[in-house]
Amino acid sequence: MFAYLVKRFFQAIAVMFVISLISFAIQDNLGDPLRELVGQSVSEDVRQQLRDELGLNDSFIKQYGRFAWNALHGDLGISYFFKEPALTVILKKLPATLELVFGATLIIIGLSIPLGVYTAIRPNSLATRVIMGLSIIGISIPVFLTAILMIFLFAVELRMLPSYGRGDLVHLFGYWSTNFGSWDGLKHIFMPSLALASIMLPLFIRLIRSEMMETLESEYVKYAYAKGIAPRRIWFVHALKNTLLPVITVGGVQIGTMVAYTILTETVFQWPGMGFMFLEAVNRVDTPLIVAYLIVVGFIFVVTNTIVDLIYGLVNPTINLARMS
Amino acid sequence: MKIFGTFVSACALSAAVAFGASAASLKVAYDADPVSLDPHEQLSGGTLQLSHMVYDPLVRWTQDLQFEARLATSWEQVDATTTRFNLRKGVKFHSGNEMTAADVKWTFDRLQSSPDFKGVFNAFESLTVVDDYTIDLKTKEPFPLVLHTVTYIFPMDSKFYSGMDSEGKDKGEIVKHGNSFASRNISGTGPYVVTEREQGVKMEFDRFAGYWDTASKGNVDHITLTPIKEAPTRVAALLSGDVDFAAPIPPTDLARVEADAATNLISMAGTRIITFQMNQNRNEALKNPKVRLAIDYAVNNAGIVDRIMKGFGTTAGQASPAGYLGHDASLAPRYDLDKANALMAEAGYADGFKISMMAPNNRYVNDAKIAQAVASMLSKINITVDLKTMPKAQYWPKFDERAADLMMIGWHSDTEDSANFHQFLSACPNADTGDGQYNSGNYCNAEADKLMAFANGETDAAKRAEALQKLEGILYAEAAFIPLHWQNLAWGVRKGVHAESIVNALNFPYFGDLVVD
Repeated sequence: MFAYLVKRFFQAIAVMFVISLISFAIQDNLGDPLRELVGQSVSEDVRQQLRDELGLNDSFIKQYGRFAWNALHGDLGISYFFKEPALTVILKKLPATLELVFGATLIIIGLSIPLGVYTAIRPNSLATRVIMGLSIIGISIPVFLTAILMIFLFAVELRMLPSYGRGDLVHLFGYWSTNFGSWDGLKHIFMPSLALASIMLPLFIRLIRSEMMETLESEYVKYAYAKGIAPRRIWFVHALKNTLLPVITVGGVQIGTMVAYTILTETVFQWPGMGFMFLEAVNRVDTPLIVAYLIVVGFIFVVTNTIVDLIYGLVNPTINLARMS
Repeated sequence: MKIFGTFVSACALSAAVAFGASAASLKVAYDADPVSLDPHEQLSGGTLQLSHMVYDPLVRWTQDLQFEARLATSWEQVDATTTRFNLRKGVKFHSGNEMTAADVKWTFDRLQSSPDFKGVFNAFESLTVVDDYTIDLKTKEPFPLVLHTVTYIFPMDSKFYSGMDSEGKDKGEIVKHGNSFASRNISGTGPYVVTEREQGVKMEFDRFAGYWDTASKGNVDHITLTPIKEAPTRVAALLSGDVDFAAPIPPTDLARVEADAATNLISMAGTRIITFQMNQNRNEALKNPKVRLAIDYAVNNAGIVDRIMKGFGTTAGQASPAGYLGHDASLAPRYDLDKANALMAEAGYADGFKISMMAPNNRYVNDAKIAQAVASMLSKINITVDLKTMPKAQYWPKFDERAADLMMIGWHSDTEDSANFHQFLSACPNADTGDGQYNSGNYCNAEADKLMAFANGETDAAKRAEALQKLEGILYAEAAFIPLHWQNLAWGVRKGVHAESIVNALNFPYFGDLVVD
């Protein structure tokens, strides 16, 4: 177990090193940060002088070396736009994104398990056909369209939910202020979470359904029926538990992917998280922030995958982490 | 922003008492928020919009582009190069300090050291303090745009910005990238005090209880400014009542905002010209004025404004919009396909040729669509266009390389004067003077440059107008560039927000004077 974690730690460092190298190599193709820093009529001389001050005229090796040295000391550079250390900016934006992902995850879990189980045990009912039909639509509409349609329906036409932003927040600790502490906050987080969940929900319903249908055919379920155990107990305790292993595998990977989808969702809802921040940073050629974001997201992927592996062991004790390492 | 702490709550309290029942609060949504609280860090629309809320200029533009006295009460020409300004008395900064000539001098010196603003103040020699409420502004040569430039002087609180901050750095320092006292703290004389700021998320303002302009009817005592980047979301926020004032409104949503029972649309002809430049050094054919004229005749400006801009623009035949000295109403947009084909034949290019074209896709309203339309219009005169569109972040480096034969550029004159268009867009490129910095067409006409130089040193408005109009005439006759249209401006407001009188073509809404029912 310990050896496994140590190995994962070194993997994480290798992943982040590669990401930093790649993101550093492409930054010259992202545009000229000076354009976003100065007004249109500023002369080329002044621009050149600022480029020198920023160290943008140094060679790639020199720039990367300076970056790597600072990064080892926990300094990923200073954001041109926010004028704060890039890592601080990201940490400030992180809670908003994590809450959004958390909200979406709650919706996914809350809906996909009952719907997945239902469509498995009643494969031919009308409700099943409707659910499966809707999930096809859900999977094929891009998230920004879903989001805008929702805004026009719930905010403009029905006036039930606010159209943008995070609303009133309740401060927890440090940079963390939560949407889950007030009614206004909950109203603000509902639509973005639903929009984000809409991408993954169909996938999970279908996954649970197919796994569940397979399990229901297995010998031990038949035996349980024969023994006279209540169907409800068979479905939700005996069968469901055994369908969850592949669901957790996919879920772990998809939660990472969901962090990527927050870029679109946050932009549409003006959600002040790190996805929106990243898109803005690309538009403004805020290269220190872009590089830092990619490294942090890489780190999140490694961490979620490690956690998934650990959960494996809890759900299925036959998996031995020590051997995996 | 702790530094505001106590005195902000005092302001809020007295504001509530002073305005009583008529006080209103306003939620504003823009597409972006100001990059910094430092008014001299970046010369951009966002910075100036903020400056008009937190500071006051010495003089400001009215809606019909005249000058209005603000912190300067009057001015007179002392000699050919000196203008004397009398300052308003009894004006308080948000910190409680009183504004005097020393603050104006301090601000002027700071402007001259700012990378972004020093270009604007190039023509000025010095500012001298005559007494506490009188200053003399001296230019190097006789200069016609003294008042135009003075609209950029927003006196800063020199006592507030002097000394060292907690890290031992000068509080007045201008830092383009990184932390500085001035980028995080602000004290002006303006109608609003910044009470809270979370960059990229929101800004909160309270009305300044000690505001000097007691004649102003403005009754908004609290403003929340939220950047909403996505246009559909911004419009939705306005339509759903989540914000009271939203800008810009994209062309596709104009009708909707206008038709909605709860909102009003305010639109106005803007002063930003959208053009294409034709690079004579890259493409031999474009050296021939006949070919350039043919291209101009082939482009249907009215069609672009009508179909792509949904009427949200004013067709242009020149750079100077109506109201500018150089505007010549007789220089109408040209469109005549037969004539265009005839000109191509005359120039020996009846069979046409190939050219490359580049345009941004997120800088100007519908920029990429406009470029596509122009490309297809040029195919009618047998010019085959290889078009590339890209985000502005990648476009500007390409523009600096002059990477295509036809390149799109929009321009707004920082001085609200015609000469500025020619200086940056069509003057002979000159690395030493910086003239023609954005002239990717490499158009060069000595006579035109002479007229510009004359206009820049002539203080008689009638003579300037004559020279600048003659200049526009030369550019028109030789088709120095392809003018398309001036982008309109549009603001959406909730009914009851009387913003018609506080907006202007410069896009600096004067929120201090805003009346809300």
